[in-house]
Amino acid sequence: MKHLDEYRDGDTARRVAAAIHREADPDRRYRLMEFCGGHTHTIFRYGIEDLLPANVEMVHGPGCPVCVLPIGRLDMAIRMARRDGVILASYGDMLRVPGSKGQSLMKAKAEGADVRMVYSTMDAMRLAETSTGRQVIFFAIGFETTTPPTALAIEAASSKGLTNFSVFCNHVLTPPALGAVLGGPATGDADVVAIDGVVGPAHVSVVIGSRPYEAFVAQYRKPVAISGFEPVDVLQSILMLVRQLNEGRAEVENQYIRAVTRDGNGRARQAMARVFEVRPAFEWRGLGSIPYSALRIRDVFAAFDAERRFEEPYVAAEGVKSCECPAILRGAKKPTDCKLFGHACTPETPLGSCMVSSEGACAAYYTYGRMREPAA
Amino acid sequence: MNAPSRVAARRLDLANGRVDLTYGAGGRAMQQLIDEVFRPAFDNPILARGDDHGVFHVSAGRMAMSTDSFVISPLFFPGGNIGSLAVHGSINDVAMSGARVLYLSAGFIIEEGFPLGDLARIAHAMGTAARAAGVAIVAGDTKVVERGKADGLFINTTGLGIVPPGIEISGDRARPGDLVLISGSMGDHGVAIMAHRAGLEYETTLESDSAALNSLVATMVDAVPGIRVLRDPTRGGLAAALNEICNQSDVGMLLDEAAVPVNPDVLGACELLGLDPLNVANEGKLIAIAPAAEAGRLLGRMRGHPLGCNAAVIGEVTADPSRFVRMATRIGGERIVDWLAGEQLPRIC
Repeated sequence: MKHLDEYRDGDTARRVAAAIHREADPDRRYRLMEFCGGHTHTIFRYGIEDLLPANVEMVHGPGCPVCVLPIGRLDMAIRMARRDGVILASYGDMLRVPGSKGQSLMKAKAEGADVRMVYSTMDAMRLAETSTGRQVIFFAIGFETTTPPTALAIEAASSKGLTNFSVFCNHVLTPPALGAVLGGPATGDADVVAIDGVVGPAHVSVVIGSRPYEAFVAQYRKPVAISGFEPVDVLQSILMLVRQLNEGRAEVENQYIRAVTRDGNGRARQAMARVFEVRPAFEWRGLGSIPYSALRIRDVFAAFDAERRFEEPYVAAEGVKSCECPAILRGAKKPTDCKLFGHACTPETPLGSCMVSSEGACAAYYTYGRMREPAA
Repeated sequence: MNAPSRVAARRLDLANGRVDLTYGAGGRAMQQLIDEVFRPAFDNPILARGDDHGVFHVSAGRMAMSTDSFVISPLFFPGGNIGSLAVHGSINDVAMSGARVLYLSAGFIIEEGFPLGDLARIAHAMGTAARAAGVAIVAGDTKVVERGKADGLFINTTGLGIVPPGIEISGDRARPGDLVLISGSMGDHGVAIMAHRAGLEYETTLESDSAALNSLVATMVDAVPGIRVLRDPTRGGLAAALNEICNQSDVGMLLDEAAVPVNPDVLGACELLGLDPLNVANEGKLIAIAPAAEAGRLLGRMRGHPLGCNAAVIGEVTADPSRFVRMATRIGGERIVDWLAGEQLPRIC
């Protein structure tokens, strides 16, 4: 862990923070969006905002896989889990997310559905191997980080000839979502926040590389700094963005050079391309329908596609009224702008997806940062 | 536990035998299980009388009592097993009152089919742990349930101790200005178990910290009778225990992240598993809260004991109507140390 200590070192962090204070122009605002929920988590976990000048503001982005999944897709998973002879395998975070009509996978499980928490797609596939006579569905969610393992598991299941394993694919793509956030209202809402620069994804960029961001930077004239997940990484990336903005530059810079190259991980991208193809459009919570923003399983692996095997239709569904998750995911509102935050909606009793995942802005704010709120 | 029997024609097959329902039915088989597994493992004069109860002398004064049920998986883990854990757990809960721990009871709920050899190993570990801690297991019970009605083996232990005169230790006694100490590194037990479950053993040499803390407590209470609070941060880890104390005492706390000892292997496994060591269970560590003027003496005494050699002052008690446990982070920011919501879950992104 020596490698990590370097990026958590208090003195280094304070030195970078001092440079941000020195170089940030007091006469302007710097509204920087961290796209990834992993960065949101780091920012609150280490209290990074305490080290920033007041005019350098962090806006929390939509890069939390649990948060952006629309309720209609979660409802589909719940319906699949309730079928006879089915085991639904899911990452733990999804179990507590509220679906429509007060449903959740956790409640379905308590009512008798066989829902299992797994750590990886391979765990789900192994579960299928030892559960003959039962259909195992893996509830796949996530950005490009979790997609290659899903691809490899489907290929492995195919080569083993498994007939009781399938994947409910909800993998989404980062660049179109970033475009929706930078480019304005995909939803038609006028409340999309003006962002000056973007702290770019860490693990996602390890897979896709830095090249995909170049088109956005050229199109929208906003700087991007790809950042590691440690606190010093994030501070250094903020400093890079402040410098770009001061100098009127808009480029893709890579702070996370220890892991991210321009072209990313070729083998991971090839695995994704073999198994998945881009959907014409996909519904995102908070961002609306975004063209070419998600993946589906190619025809050649159709036997492993739970959507096709179980013919479960997508029905759009609304969340709890006055839940501000959609606006929070666009960066248009802060968790504390939501009337439900901290009262009706807490990590123990979440009403919206942003309060469930540790990468969600509401959960991070509540768990680590609520002392900043004036006492009620 | 009933009178010694000497009724069995053959000894139990501890190598290959399994517990069946007759071992819980109150007949000869149960008697044989008690005689050949539990009695030799727990051996002490009170138990040896073979009554349905243990009888012992007590001095006048106050007693402390605590009970705990152990339903863990896996039953055997690096650094211990369910038996040693069940003994340490109840000893520690009683010791956190400042009491001298004297006696334990042990109740077993065994699933049909459980290997006799494993049961003997677990009973042996309990006897060894209890003797090492100077505590006698003086009462017990055995039940066998049908396959599927329990997960291998559940153990309940109850502990009893005597609180020395003048000792007033309770979670509601923390006062602003007091200092918060811990006896060693955080997260060892929970991470050892989770790494074992997740198949990460090859990555680490992690062992549970499971230990009886009664002798450490005895030396602490001897040095600083004015200790205000003692608590062992088990399930929910340091974060849950400190939040409980803040609620009981109507105070807040301010911790220093850099002062909280965490074993580098635990930190590494937490990175892989997406966990926070402050939310992870400990089974051989304690939190102590004492007036600032006495904290130095207390720390010295803790460090002089093998189970407290990495003890540290990690923060102070503050006046805070919101009862927040705050922490100055390593990089100079601040955050809340909160209870964990739901289960500990790995991160996806």
